[in-house]
Amino acid sequence: MTLVDVHDLVKHYAGERSWFGLGRPRAPVRAVDGVSFTIAAGRTLGLVGESGSGKTTLGRTMLRLQEPTSGTVLFDDNDVFALDAARLRGLRRRMQIVFQDPYGSLNPRMTVEDTLREPLEIHGLKGAVAALLDEVGLDAAFAKRYPHELSGGQRQRVGIARALSVEPQFIVCDEPVSALDVSVQAQVLNLLADLQGKRRLTYLFIAHDLAVVRHIADDVAVMYLGKIVERAPAAEIYTQPRHPYTRALLSAVPEPTPHATKQRILLPGDIPSPAHPPSGCPFHPRCPHPRKNERCRTEPPPLRTITPGHDAACHYAEEPM
Amino acid sequence: MTTPPTPTPGAPPVLLRVRNLKTYFVTEHGKGTARAVDDVSFELYAGETLGIVGESGCGKTVTSLSILRLVPEPPGHVLPGSLIEFEGRNLLALPAPELRAVRGNQIAMIFQEPMTSLNPVFTVGDQIAEAAIIHQHLSRSAARARAIEMLRLVGIPDPDERVDHYPHQLSGGMRQRVMIAMALVCHPKVLIADEPTTALDVTIQAQILELLDQLQSELGMAVLLITHDLGVVAGHADRVVVMYAGRVVETAPTDALFERPTHPYTEGLLAAVPRIDAPRARLHAIPGQVPAATAWPPGCRFHPRCPYAWEKCAAEEPPLLEVGDKPGHTARCWLVSEPERRVPKR
Ligand SMILES: Nc1ncnc2c1ncn2[C@@H]1O[C@H](COP(=O)(O)OP(=O)(O)OP(=O)(O)O)[C@@H](O)[C@H]1O
Ligand SMILES: Nc1ncnc2c1ncn2[C@@H]1O[C@H](COP(=O)(O)OP(=O)(O)OP(=O)(O)O)[C@@H](O)[C@H]1O
Ligand code: SF4
Ligand SMILES: [Mg+2]
Ligand SMILES: [Mg+2]
Repeated sequence: MTLVDVHDLVKHYAGERSWFGLGRPRAPVRAVDGVSFTIAAGRTLGLVGESGSGKTTLGRTMLRLQEPTSGTVLFDDNDVFALDAARLRGLRRRMQIVFQDPYGSLNPRMTVEDTLREPLEIHGLKGAVAALLDEVGLDAAFAKRYPHELSGGQRQRVGIARALSVEPQFIVCDEPVSALDVSVQAQVLNLLADLQGKRRLTYLFIAHDLAVVRHIADDVAVMYLGKIVERAPAAEIYTQPRHPYTRALLSAVPEPTPHATKQRILLPGDIPSPAHPPSGCPFHPRCPHPRKNERCRTEPPPLRTITPGHDAACHYAEEPM
Repeated sequence: MTTPPTPTPGAPPVLLRVRNLKTYFVTEHGKGTARAVDDVSFELYAGETLGIVGESGCGKTVTSLSILRLVPEPPGHVLPGSLIEFEGRNLLALPAPELRAVRGNQIAMIFQEPMTSLNPVFTVGDQIAEAAIIHQHLSRSAARARAIEMLRLVGIPDPDERVDHYPHQLSGGMRQRVMIAMALVCHPKVLIADEPTTALDVTIQAQILELLDQLQSELGMAVLLITHDLGVVAGHADRVVVMYAGRVVETAPTDALFERPTHPYTEGLLAAVPRIDAPRARLHAIPGQVPAATAWPPGCRFHPRCPYAWEKCAAEEPPLLEVGDKPGHTARCWLVSEPERRVPKR
């Protein structure tokens, strides 16, 4: 059963005026540029992409923490962007977010207990702070502590407990482990997986680390410059990547094995600015595909089905590299 | 007070020797002394890449800053008895002018965050040229030509245009390349690279690491590669030093470290790394967290998190012991002498 249905979502940030407001307005930043996908209840969609590709913007806009430019999001058949404030508040309870930065996302003047009580009060719910702390693996004594008295991993657990407190069905996890050390990152990933099993949660799991995503996602979508360039079941995308960007991304991950034999695909150049995406295929200036040609420079490749359940946006996705 | 290098037949000469380095910080609010680097020793051989790995706060950056005497004093201080020997001289005892001649010229450093170490009001060309003017006494025009040559060497397109750009006009990957160009302009013998790619995306990280490897073999310098990423170490280091809680807990040739991780921290860290080639599964997690530098645990500093710990571990800190599989493989763990105890309790 589909729980989340995103259709042609667009979010542009208005270009600021250069020269202290006197110059010409800059081109808008096309942070999310026509994204569609669905997530079935109880599943995890991993969303990967490099810095600035639009992952956070997509996650926040889906929850209507910011207004979209266009497009629709259906949550359990409710049109999220069409709801009035009261009904949106009701829906918010069912859709939560865990933020990337465990330092900036907690109020430094509130104890852990206050942080966890706040959403309960907003939604007029009863709930036990001690049970929540227990569920995320924190001792009840942490209730009285302030954020600065917690480690990064402990803060991230508090952030997860806060999201869980209102008993949501869907959680956007925005890089929940990126700021954590490896040994602690594994603790938090295991916790998220356990909670999903216990509470039948649905996740959009955002990360820039493909290896992290492999351990939590059922399906994986790859973003580049505001667009999804490939989407497939996790087991498949890691073994049979179709888009040249995904192939390069996978090959660039440093593996903890000396003399790894995998073939590295080194991409030339930098990631372009989403205010000035290249014409045609947005990846063409860096693309190492042997078939790249004039068509790539002029004709944007649509996201199309290559094999059942596996989509890619490349004119030559079927061909070997 | 220089220690003569230990002669190992056939081994390349030791370029840089760190002996019993202790760098402490006095913390605010009387929370005690942070023993950030606490009796660290290692050698860097000519031409090699030595990786230093460990999690946040274990003392990697303070170690590298100490080598070039860049630790802010106060609150920091390097304790007497520490030795940093470069080509037979103790850098810690060197008069300032001589130290300046070494710094940037013979030993160069690139930092974690390029923006904090590039000056925003000078063009990248001026910043690269400066080192060549100071250390190599080049004329302005010769230094500018040299800067352009360096930008080309580090793979920046249109170097004769880019030379006049300011740091903010460059992307993160290009700034990191400029940092490398600045560091290499005098052909140093030692390059200290402190997390040179941590702030970068993987595709850009791959470009920069490839570039460092290539420059190293072209210029024949030794690299001290500091990172928290075991994948980076596996692909780029010849030998590895693993740090935990201000101490060296394991040293090994890279192959030996990955084939036979011996310290339980190294073992746990390797198992905790999510792997791109492994199917979806629960990850191995090390329980607990890294302790604070003001309160390292007694005995073995890893014992509160260690799945094998027994009474001896809490009571007495192990020295670095020879593992015995490969020369140069040592681990600071009692299991080396009592291997039958390697049976996890949890
Ligand atoms: N409030 C904003 N105003 C203007 N531009 C913005 C705003 N928020 C984000 N952007 C821009 O939109 C683009 C996408 O940003 P976003 O934060 O969604 O990327 P991301 O994929 O989450 O990156 P990261 O991995 O760094 O978190 C970037 O170019 C960013 O600079
Ligand atoms: N200026 C300072 N004042 C007080 N304590 C400091 C200072 N600089 C570093 N420390 C302490 O020294 C310890 C080691 O820090 P260091 O920066 O070397 O860690 P690191 O291994 O480089 O970590 P990271 O991976 O986060 O860069 C930390 O506990 C840190 O809090
Ligand atoms: S000395 Fe003991 S506590 Fe320390 S790592 Fe070895 S077994 Fe674990
Ligand atoms: Mg983000
Ligand atoms: Mg550091």
